[in-house]
Amino acid sequence: MANKNAPLHLFDRPNSYIGQSVPRPEAHNLLAGRGQYVDDLQLPRMLHAAFLRSPYAHADILTIDTTAAADSAGVVAVYSGADFADQVTPWVGELTHLTGLRSPPQMPLAIDTATWQGEPVAMVVASSRALAEDACALIDVQYQPREAVCDPVAALLPESPVIHSEYKNNLAWERDVTAGDVEPAFADPANTVVEQVLRFGRHTGVTLEPRSSVVEFNPAEQTLTYHYSGQAPHMMQAVLAKHMQLPEENIRIIARDVGGSFGIKIHTYGDDIATALAARLLARPVKFIADRLESFASDIHARDHHIKARLAVTSDGTIAALQMYDYTGIGPYSMYPRTSAIECNQILNLTGAPYKIENYHANGKVVFQNKNMMCQYRAVGHPVAMAVADSLLEQAAREIKMDVVEIRRRNLIEDNAYPVVSATGMKFADLSHQQALERLVELMQYEKLRKQQSTANENSIRTGIGLVSMVEVTNPSPMFYGIGGAPISAQDGATVRMDAAGALHVSCSITEQGQGTNTIIAQVAAGVFGVDIKRVKVTTGDTATTPYGGGTWASRGAGIGGEAVLLAADALKQQVLEVAAIVLQSNADSLDISQGNVIDKSDSAQRMSLDELGKLVYYRGSELPAEVQPEFVATRHFRVSDFPFVFTNGAMAAQVEVDTDTGIVKVLDFWVVEDCGRVINPKLVDEQIRGGVVQGIGGALFEECLYSDDGQLLNATMADYLVPMAGEMPDIHIAHIETPTSTSTLGAKGAGEAGTGGAPAAILNAINDALAPLGASIHTMPATPERILQALGEVPT
Amino acid sequence: MKAPDFNYQRPASLSAALQLLHDNDQDAQLLAGGQSLMPMLHLRIAQPDMLIDLNRIDELATIDAGDAHIEIGSMVRYAQLEASEQIKTCLPLICSALPHIAHSAIRNRGTIGGSAALADPAAEMPALLIASNASINLVSTKASRVVSADDFFTGLYETALQPGEIIKSISIPKPGNNSVFGFYEITRRHGDYAMAGVAISAQQQSPLHKMRVVFFGVAEKPLRAHNCEQALENGTANDSGAIDLAIKSLEQLPLMGDQHTGVDSKRHLAGVALKRALQELH
Ligand SMILES: Cc1cc2nc3c(=O)[nH]c(=O)nc-3n(C[C@H](O)[C@H](O)[C@H](O)COP(=O)(O)OP(=O)(O)OC[C@H]3O[C@@H](n4cnc5c(N)ncnc54)[C@H](O)[C@@H]3O)c2cc1C
Repeated sequence: MANKNAPLHLFDRPNSYIGQSVPRPEAHNLLAGRGQYVDDLQLPRMLHAAFLRSPYAHADILTIDTTAAADSAGVVAVYSGADFADQVTPWVGELTHLTGLRSPPQMPLAIDTATWQGEPVAMVVASSRALAEDACALIDVQYQPREAVCDPVAALLPESPVIHSEYKNNLAWERDVTAGDVEPAFADPANTVVEQVLRFGRHTGVTLEPRSSVVEFNPAEQTLTYHYSGQAPHMMQAVLAKHMQLPEENIRIIARDVGGSFGIKIHTYGDDIATALAARLLARPVKFIADRLESFASDIHARDHHIKARLAVTSDGTIAALQMYDYTGIGPYSMYPRTSAIECNQILNLTGAPYKIENYHANGKVVFQNKNMMCQYRAVGHPVAMAVADSLLEQAAREIKMDVVEIRRRNLIEDNAYPVVSATGMKFADLSHQQALERLVELMQYEKLRKQQSTANENSIRTGIGLVSMVEVTNPSPMFYGIGGAPISAQDGATVRMDAAGALHVSCSITEQGQGTNTIIAQVAAGVFGVDIKRVKVTTGDTATTPYGGGTWASRGAGIGGEAVLLAADALKQQVLEVAAIVLQSNADSLDISQGNVIDKSDSAQRMSLDELGKLVYYRGSELPAEVQPEFVATRHFRVSDFPFVFTNGAMAAQVEVDTDTGIVKVLDFWVVEDCGRVINPKLVDEQIRGGVVQGIGGALFEECLYSDDGQLLNATMADYLVPMAGEMPDIHIAHIETPTSTSTLGAKGAGEAGTGGAPAAILNAINDALAPLGASIHTMPATPERILQALGEVPT
Repeated sequence: MKAPDFNYQRPASLSAALQLLHDNDQDAQLLAGGQSLMPMLHLRIAQPDMLIDLNRIDELATIDAGDAHIEIGSMVRYAQLEASEQIKTCLPLICSALPHIAHSAIRNRGTIGGSAALADPAAEMPALLIASNASINLVSTKASRVVSADDFFTGLYETALQPGEIIKSISIPKPGNNSVFGFYEITRRHGDYAMAGVAISAQQQSPLHKMRVVFFGVAEKPLRAHNCEQALENGTANDSGAIDLAIKSLEQLPLMGDQHTGVDSKRHLAGVALKRALQELH
């Protein structure tokens, strides 16, 4: 029992909600069908947009005849690319710190050449979406199809057609990372060398609420209001201001409830920009809701990597060298403003990051191709990086007949070694790989499972166990985007004010897209300030009413936004205590706030309620000394400054069953040990991890955007694109280690992407563990039944 | 996407529906459970001028057990079949397959007639109907006729249904007391269309006699595998030599791959499904 007279610790106060599974207040609203999504908006005089998209992966546009469409019922306007040419400046997906990255300028609609199947070519604005679609069908476009460049490796061969005539080849960016010297390690005959070609298919976010825009333009004020389903309102504000040439302050971005984003809704899409342009040209609100078909064809895709990698280990299992070559196809342009080179960059930075590796060489080539654009999606680069390193590591363990846990024990960076700098130059601090692994071994009862495994195989069923040790990039500093010139804030702000009834109102620049951000904000504010969480009202997702900040992505919301809230709530508390001290003729240092009351710090005796204080200050200010002008509002901002990123770590394991007759993989069980620093809300963190693992399993087993050789997307419906479903998901057991980050008082790191980053490697390893006794292995994701049957030699490739 | 404009009629009787179909034949389409047609309308794959909704025609939604046959109205929904005692006792093959058709939300709406008329090559019901030796009862304003399930499914989404005709009902002979059945399908997720599946009936178990072996999800239409039946005829369900021959005979079948599963994999999986269905023959 703590000393009763000791002042209460920040996280240990009666109103501290830190570490508690506070239910999400907004969940009631959503369950009651009271969510407010963009498509729920019905504005007076609103019009609806539909887009005609290129049916070819690569084609010259010879003519566009819109006459019949313009005459079609309900049509107000029909636009082609040329109509917007003087309405918007082109955008370019480059960042200066990704030296050498190049991408041609992009416009909202294709002009002259269409470069992927699904690229918007023309737009109809009509009184309903159905009528707009009717008119789209009447637009007559003459195309001259060109050879499509699809495979990222072939795209770099000298004989490949070049997509952009201003460049000599299809290379967008290349990076080479070297640490130590890998060659001697691979040449040393005493070392065991394993080598693989790994392929990671494309998949996409499949948000429940699709990309959605409703844009209003007021010509009298020259103001634009953009109702947006997304995760970075201030970035969108800057992007629209720059390219529509409006003052930034004239643009308001509002994101109300957001039905999932996963990184999909954080980019500049031509159809969204065209919607804003049409709203300005017509001076009427325009709505564009992407349907599922166009979501598959135009929401960014993720991954698409073709990797050749090798690993050398000494006879005692020590990693001697790791080398990899990554080709990644990003579509015809680099996405704006985050670029499509970040995933490759992350892979080069993160492969093997949990381990002591002195000799490392990685080369990444980011390649243009005629497919939909590829860009940042949940756990950018992580699943690829973790799968490359950990699948090679487990393969090496098998070859030297060492247990896969043991080989990790020998190579993980020691918990007491931090801070350390990785071979790739990443600065790591406050990580706990060893602890996480041991906790995982205990949680999953590893030894017991291994014993059972040897007897569990019958008929065509083989069981396998796979692990992964991982890092996750969270809480990025300006080093991520800002230094490269992107209008993306790495800092976030929170304003906390107290009203006349003693309730708190928090507005914060991070965003809520279904993960419970607003609950976290309320928890931190209520706890730090000292009121019941019910008395905290949170506003996010509105550039007009929140401080400036980045939003929620890269697992940064709780860590950065949460810290801003903590600082602001604490500052407000000091203000309130100073005024209370005057009223109570006491000393601010001897007072505290608890459960909505000002109390004596020493004995917790109640002195006055915040309600009384609020009413006195706001209604009867005359009772205060003349020079006291309380504000009861505080704003604080926070950014990570000591490190480029705050890394987290974790260890995961999967147990799978492979039916070697059908090639079907059943995930029997899944375990996660995660160190995301201070856990603010265990339930929310666990659900983030579970959701992430499910998305990771999706990428590992089910989800793939399939293209024909000539660049046609083959499976643009939910019937053909397989998302992971509850029925196929295992129980996901989660344990935490809490090593708070020293970069903030709150100590929270991110947790939103860990599951997605780690699960694919664990699943792949488990499958290969199951297949190993049969002399088979697979290194392609998703590991579909057909691919597994091919690996087993049951069917020809 | 949004469906294009169409006229909508909801007749209360089969004869009214037939008349509407007759009057608007080129441009009208029937709406049953809508589980396939609604997505096709929204994807603008189907663009009828008129939709004739059969959902209020009660006479099409009954299950009648006669002495030799069970007659199932075309508007009988999967959920209704699942709940039916008659189906449970008389048609064990259909009964065991129902939980594999989509998910319960879809089974609440989807109808047996809709599935037969659609003739999706991966759908369970057409194969089940062939394996059950069912007949399809068709009506038009002019006449009615009966087409055996064997002859009804003619190709990829193609049937013997003629313009102006509606599937009125489906008659399934009650199996004899010695009959046995097998059903197995291979799917990646519960409720998905099968990568490969097979429905089997035989008039007796040992030795196997008068078999019907019908594959689905592997070709442009449900495929009755006569050679496979012959290989198994007069053997037992665990006669590995006969099973090997039966599997070998699949090489002669005109199979078709899809975007996830190539034709070689389909053939392999068809063999696996057959083996497993035979193991569970009951
Ligand atoms: C998510 C999802 C998963 C599914 N999974 C499966 C699955 O695993 N297996 C499976 O078999 N099916 C599956 N289905 C399809 C489902 O079974 C459909 O219900 C069925 O194929 C069509 O039946 P319906 O009553 O919905 O017909 P509708 O969609 O209303 O109509 C289908 C077609 O049949 C015609 N038609 C309907 N009734 C008649 C009639 N009486 N006479 C003549 N023509 C008629 C219509 O004009 C239309 O062309 C799935 C559907 C969905 C949405």
